[in-house]
Amino acid sequence: MPKPHGGKLIDRTTKKQIDTKNLQTIEINTNQAEDILNIAHGVFSPLEGFQNRDDLENIIIHKRLTDDTPWTIPILLDADEKQLNNIKEDDTILLTNKEIGVKATLDIEEIYTYDKKTIAQAIYKTLDKNHPGVNNIYNMKPKLIGGKITLLETKPRKFDEYNLTPQETRILFKEKNWREIVAFQTRNPPHIGHEYVQKTALTFVDGLFINPIIGKKKTGDFKDEVILKAYETLIKHYYLKNRAVMSILRTSMKYAGPREAIHHAIMRKNFGCTHFIVGRDHAGVGNYYGPYDAHEIFEEFPDIGITPIFFRSFSRCTKCNAVVNDKICPHDQKYHINFSGKKIREILRNGETPPEDMMRKEVAETILQFKEPFVK
Amino acid sequence: MAGEKIEKKYTTISIPTPLAEKIKKRIEGTGFTNVSSYVTYVLREILAGIEEEKTDEAFTKEDEERIKERLRALGYLD
Repeated sequence: MPKPHGGKLIDRTTKKQIDTKNLQTIEINTNQAEDILNIAHGVFSPLEGFQNRDDLENIIIHKRLTDDTPWTIPILLDADEKQLNNIKEDDTILLTNKEIGVKATLDIEEIYTYDKKTIAQAIYKTLDKNHPGVNNIYNMKPKLIGGKITLLETKPRKFDEYNLTPQETRILFKEKNWREIVAFQTRNPPHIGHEYVQKTALTFVDGLFINPIIGKKKTGDFKDEVILKAYETLIKHYYLKNRAVMSILRTSMKYAGPREAIHHAIMRKNFGCTHFIVGRDHAGVGNYYGPYDAHEIFEEFPDIGITPIFFRSFSRCTKCNAVVNDKICPHDQKYHINFSGKKIREILRNGETPPEDMMRKEVAETILQFKEPFVK
Repeated sequence: MAGEKIEKKYTTISIPTPLAEKIKKRIEGTGFTNVSSYVTYVLREILAGIEEEKTDEAFTKEDEERIKERLRALGYLD
């Protein structure tokens, strides 16, 4: 099992009672609260808090923290003058989020200004406001606060039974005697193509870690509970019990393409995975990135500490009568049927079962049991 | 950072000229655009390998037992 990123699994939780009644409070948004949970539980190891200017600048230029550890997506806390009223560097403040019940202290090391365009261009390679990540940056408040957090409180949430921390997955993998584990990230229920990719990778390692990203969704996306139930069905019927596990990851998608692929790999390394599946246009949106930019960026990180497994394309070949990829099938494109998520969604939306060479019958039936499987 | 140009942070390290020449030839036709980027890559790779050997997991026995209990309760472990 790889050691955590940066060498140590971070734990910024505390069971101590901390008197917060005299602390100034900033109400943060849910994405920032999720960041706090991920920092506190070590998903973002080695980060111990929100990033200071030096780290931000290093990430922008070198795609690394100031100590040279690979890191590609800044984890930032923004605030405006009104929120910062009477708050200064070296203060300890309270961060709260009512929606998910997070309370954490922040030991402020630095309050600083930043240039939105510099961040957008470096992280997203575009200044186009139509890019959701760029739009988020443009909507950020004018100042950033850097410093270590300590998680004091959080409340029970939907899907907690699927939510494992890196400490928990590491012990789980150890108990299962898995030395090499491949992580698969997803935001959709599995079709046959996904299963092919997962099983191809699993053939060479000890275990498969299916790690759906759960959270904010667009209209027309599958609901989180649908994705989880569909995977449970697939695992139950088509995987060896001791070779695959699923737990969720609560984090927002940034759509930063190649940089985000590195970030996703780092999080899975912290969960204890040795390998990470990177598909075509990983974490991409629109046409902002080349289809294999997320593969090529790994060449810059010989020291990332997790091995990427690249898949270019996969489809069903009617000549081979099998799922194939571009390395193993000699037949012309006209024999290839792509696994179109859009088409599968359309069929399911009409209440029909997709063909079995597209999606397992049991998986489709599980999805169709939901009255409304899609986000409205 | 508002409006200011961010300074790239590098330092200079000396290597023998013949080695630098050898590297120049070695990186021809590869993705490496200069000797520095190649040397940086190789050093990071070597350091990562050395650090890997020092790996050691730090869980207390109590943590481990508590976590195993939760994993069993959730059905992840038998």
